[in-house]
Amino acid sequence: MSEVSETLARSFGLDAEEWGKVLEIMGRAPSLTELGIFSVMWSEHCSYKSSRVWLRELPTEAPWVIHGPGENAGVIDIGGGLAAVFKMESHNHPSFIEPYQGAATGVGGILRDVFTMGARPIANLNALRFGDPALPVTRRVVDGVVRGIGGYGNCVGVPTVGGEVNFHPAFNGNPLVNAMTVGVARADRIFLSAAAGVGNPVVYVGSKTGRDGIHGATMASAEFGAASEEKRPTVQVGDPFTEKLLIEACLELMETDAIVAIQDMGAAGLTSSSVEMAGKGGVGIELDLDAVPQRETGMSAYEMMLSESQERMLMVLKPERAEMARAIIEKWELDYAVIGRITDTGRIVVRHRGEVEADIPLSPLADQAPLYRRPAALPPKPARLAPLERHAPLDRALLTLIGCPDLCSRRWIFDQYDATVGGQTVKRPAEADAAIIRLEGGRRALAMTVDCTPRYCAADPEEGGRQAVAEAWRNLTATGARPLAVTDNMNFGNPEKPEIMGQFAAAIRGMASACAALEFPVVSGNVSLYNETEGRPILPTPAIGAVGVLEDAAQAVGYAARPGLALVVIGATRGELGCSLFLREIYGREEGAPPPVDLAAERRNGDFVRARILAGGVAACHDVSDGGLLVAVAEMALAGDCGVTLEGAGTAEYWFGEDQARYVLAVAEPAALLAAAVAAGVPAQHIGRAVAAKELTLPDGLAISLPQLREAHEGFFPRWFA
Amino acid sequence: MQAALLLFPGINRERDMIQAVRQSFGRAPAIVWHKETELPAGTDLVILPGGFSFGDYLRCGAMAAHSPVMRAVREHAGRGGYVLGVCNGFQILTEAGLLPGALLRNAGLRFLSMETRLSVERADTVFTRNWAPGAVFRAPMAHGDGNYTARTETLDRLEGEGLVAFRYADENRNGSARRIAGVFSPNLRVLGLMPHPEDLVDPLLGGTDGKPLFDSLAAA
Amino acid sequence: MKAIVTVMLKTGVLDPQGKAIGHALHNLGFAGVGEVRMGKVIELELAETDAARARQEAEEMARKLLANPVIESFKVEILA
Repeated sequence: MSEVSETLARSFGLDAEEWGKVLEIMGRAPSLTELGIFSVMWSEHCSYKSSRVWLRELPTEAPWVIHGPGENAGVIDIGGGLAAVFKMESHNHPSFIEPYQGAATGVGGILRDVFTMGARPIANLNALRFGDPALPVTRRVVDGVVRGIGGYGNCVGVPTVGGEVNFHPAFNGNPLVNAMTVGVARADRIFLSAAAGVGNPVVYVGSKTGRDGIHGATMASAEFGAASEEKRPTVQVGDPFTEKLLIEACLELMETDAIVAIQDMGAAGLTSSSVEMAGKGGVGIELDLDAVPQRETGMSAYEMMLSESQERMLMVLKPERAEMARAIIEKWELDYAVIGRITDTGRIVVRHRGEVEADIPLSPLADQAPLYRRPAALPPKPARLAPLERHAPLDRALLTLIGCPDLCSRRWIFDQYDATVGGQTVKRPAEADAAIIRLEGGRRALAMTVDCTPRYCAADPEEGGRQAVAEAWRNLTATGARPLAVTDNMNFGNPEKPEIMGQFAAAIRGMASACAALEFPVVSGNVSLYNETEGRPILPTPAIGAVGVLEDAAQAVGYAARPGLALVVIGATRGELGCSLFLREIYGREEGAPPPVDLAAERRNGDFVRARILAGGVAACHDVSDGGLLVAVAEMALAGDCGVTLEGAGTAEYWFGEDQARYVLAVAEPAALLAAAVAAGVPAQHIGRAVAAKELTLPDGLAISLPQLREAHEGFFPRWFA
Repeated sequence: MQAALLLFPGINRERDMIQAVRQSFGRAPAIVWHKETELPAGTDLVILPGGFSFGDYLRCGAMAAHSPVMRAVREHAGRGGYVLGVCNGFQILTEAGLLPGALLRNAGLRFLSMETRLSVERADTVFTRNWAPGAVFRAPMAHGDGNYTARTETLDRLEGEGLVAFRYADENRNGSARRIAGVFSPNLRVLGLMPHPEDLVDPLLGGTDGKPLFDSLAAA
Repeated sequence: MKAIVTVMLKTGVLDPQGKAIGHALHNLGFAGVGEVRMGKVIELELAETDAARARQEAEEMARKLLANPVIESFKVEILA
C-alpha cells in the first residue's frame, strides 16, 4: 500500500482533526484508496456532517409513513396496497460546469434512488434557480439544463410534469438544479439497502466503470472558484438508454425473490454503495476489483472505488438465485458481475491485482464520522415594509408582473419535456397547481408539486422555510388532493460561516413548524451546501417537493376559469407587499418582511377548500402566491381563454399583496360557497366573475385585452431564445 | 383482431399502447421481444410503439429496423398483414423501408411535447373508419425527430394515391413536408404517425380523441 | 484495419443543425462562412487486413445500417 500524508488528506478535503481520526481508526497511515474512501464518506455530501444536527428537528412520522429519511427515498402508504416512493436531489455544481450533462445525470441519479426501492418511476419534477437573465451565461445554462432534463427524462420514458423556475443574480455563478422523482410500488414489496447473509454474492449491474466524475462528492462539498472551470473533465455523462434498460431489468428482477439488498451507485459510486450496504446490515464486505466491468484500461483501485460512472447498481443476491438473476440482467444487455461477497468481519476489504488496497473497519467509519454543530448566527428579523406612497396603475403593473422572468409562462420550457409518456397524465403543466398522475389500472391519482420562495428565505429564513412547506401543501390542496408528505432539498451557502448556518437552522425551524401543523412529514431529502461563488452565497433555498393523493382522479380540478363562473377568494387579504414581486418588479426594491404564515389559518382554509372541491361544485381553483391575487386571477383567465370582470378595492396592496393561505375558486353558486365559508369561520370574498368577452376589466375601471395579456405572459422565453 | 406489440430495448410508450389496445380490443396485445424471429401464430396486427429504441443512437429507429423480429414483420406486411407504428414506431417503419420517407430532426431543433390537432385525410381505411371524413382530432405529440421528409416525387405520389393518413391541422411545428403527420403503405395496411392517439383514449385523462383509431382496428 | 465512415445528409435535404451552426458562426463574427452541413463520423476497428476487402465490408455496413439512403450519403476511408 502506498502511504499518504496529511497534505494529501487536506487536498482531499479532510481537515487536521478528521485526518487524526483516520489515523486513530486505522492505527497506521491509510493507503491512497483508503484515504479516498474516508474522504468521500466523510464529505458533506455523504456524511451530512454540518446539517445532521439540525435535520433531526424535522417531523418525519405519520401513520402513513412506511420509510422516512435514511433510505434511498421516502416511502408512504397511498392506499389500495400501494406506496409512493419519492425524493428530490440537487445536481447544482455539475450543472454549472456542464449544464446539459449536469442536469441529465441529476435526473438519472434521482430516478435510480427511486427504482432501487422497487418502485416504477411515474413522474419527474424539477426546481431550478438561475442567475440574472441579462447575462449570456444564464441563457447558456438555462438552455443546457432544460435540454439535459428533457434529453434524459424523455428518453428514459418518465414524464416530466412539474417544476418551478426562479431567476436572481445571487445564482449567477451557482445555479440550482433540484430533480425529484415519484415512483409507485406495492407497499409490501419495498427493497432496502441493508446487506445480509454471510457468503452472499455482491453483484454489480449496469454500465461499465470509467474514470467519470472522480471526486464528484467532494466537489459537491466545496465552494466554487475560478478554478472550477478546469474541473470539466471529471463531469459524468448520462446514458438514458442504459438507464431505461436498468429500470426494466431491476423491476423484472424484483418480481423474483433473488434480491437481499440493493443500492444504486450514486455519488462516490462503489465506495458509498458498498460501505452503506454493509454498514446498515452490520456485516462486512469484500470486493474484488478485478471483476468490476471496466470501460477504460489501467484503472487503479482508487479510481474504481471513487468513479461516478452512471447507470450502475450494487446488489446482494441469494446465491441460489444468482444465475437466474444473471439471465434477466443479460437479457437486457447490461453488465452483470459478481464482484465480492458479504462477510462477518465488519470490515470492507478491497482487493485488486492480488493486493489488498483497502481494509477498513466499517463501524468506526460510520460512527466516528464527523458531526458538527457549527456556530449559527440567527439572522435578525427584517422590519415590516412601510406603506407605499404612490401606486402604479393596476393594468401597467399587471402587464409588467405577468411578463417578468419569475412569473411569465414556462411553456417554452415544459414544451420540451414529454409530459404524457406512460399514459396516465391527468393534469400536465400549467393546467393545475399540482401535476396529477393516475395510478395504472384504477382511479386513484397522485398530486405532486415543488415549491420554495428564495427571496422570502433570504429576508427571513424561518418564515421562508415555513412558507415553502405551506405553499406546497396549498398547491396540492388546490387540486383537491390530500397532502401526505414532503421531500426537501436544502440548498445553502458555506456552513462554516455562522450566518449561513444560521439561515439553515432557521429555515429548518420554520419548515418543522409547518410540517407539524399540517401533518406533512419529511420522508426524504438532500442537502447541498457550499453554494457560493467567490465568497458570495446563493439565496437560501429549502426546496420542497410534496406528494398528495386523490381517491378518484376525476375529482381533480385545474385552474382554468370558464365564462359565467363567479370568482371567490378564500383567506384573508391584508395586503402584504414586503418581499413581493410587485415591490421588486415595479419599484426595484427587495425589502421588508415576507408575508407571515399563519399555520392555523393555512390549515383551516385549506381543509375548507379541499372539502368543497371533493364535494363537487368547484370548477377551478388556484392558490394565490407570487404576484398576489390579480396575477392568480389573470392566470386563471389565460388558462381558460376567457375574460374576467373584477370588483372591490382598487389598491395595489389588495391586488398584489402576497398574503398566504389564500385560494381563488371559480364556482357556479357563490352564495352557497360564501355561506359555507361563514359557517366554517373562513374568510371569503366575492371578487368578480369570468366572462366570455376576452378582456380583463380591473376594479379601477382599466381594461386589458386577453391577447395583450397573453403576449406579455408568453413572450419572455421565446424572445430570449429566438 | 389479434395484436402483437413489438418491444425493442428503449421503447417507452408500450404501457400507453397496451392500455389503449386493451380498452378497445378487450384484451392486451401479445408482447414480442425484438430478438424473436417469428410473430405469434394468428397475428393480424403488429404494433410498434413509441420511445427511444436503442437510445435513438445513430438515427432514430435505425437499429431497431435491423432487429431479428423485423424480418417477420416484413413477411407479415408482405402477406397483407396490418402494421401500426407510432412515433419511434413510425421512424422504425421508414428505416425498415415499410413506409416511404424519413423523419428528420424537428425544424426548431428542440423536442416538442404538446397537444396538437390532426386532420383525418381519409376515413375509409381499417385504421380510420371510426372517424368522420374530414374529422379533426386532438393528439399529444412528443418527439425530437418528427420532421417528415421525402423526395418531391414521393410526396406527389403519396398525395396522388391518397396515402397521406393525417396532417397537422394547426401549426406545423416540426416542419414536416406538406404538414404530413402520418402515412399509409400503398395497400393501406401499414400506417405510421408521429403523434400519440394512444395517450388520449380515456375521459379521465383529458378525452377520447384517439380512441377511434383503436376502435376502427378492433372492428376489423 | 480502421475504417472511417463519414455520413452526411444528401445535398438538397434540409439540414437544420447545419443551418443553426452557420447562424451561430455568423453571430460570432465569422462572416465568411457559407453553407454549413453537419454529419457523423463513425470509426470502425476491423479484423480484416486487406484494404480492398475492408472497404467493401465497411461500405456494406454503411448501406445496411450506418446511413439511411433516403436522406443520407456516405464515404468510407480506410486507414492501415
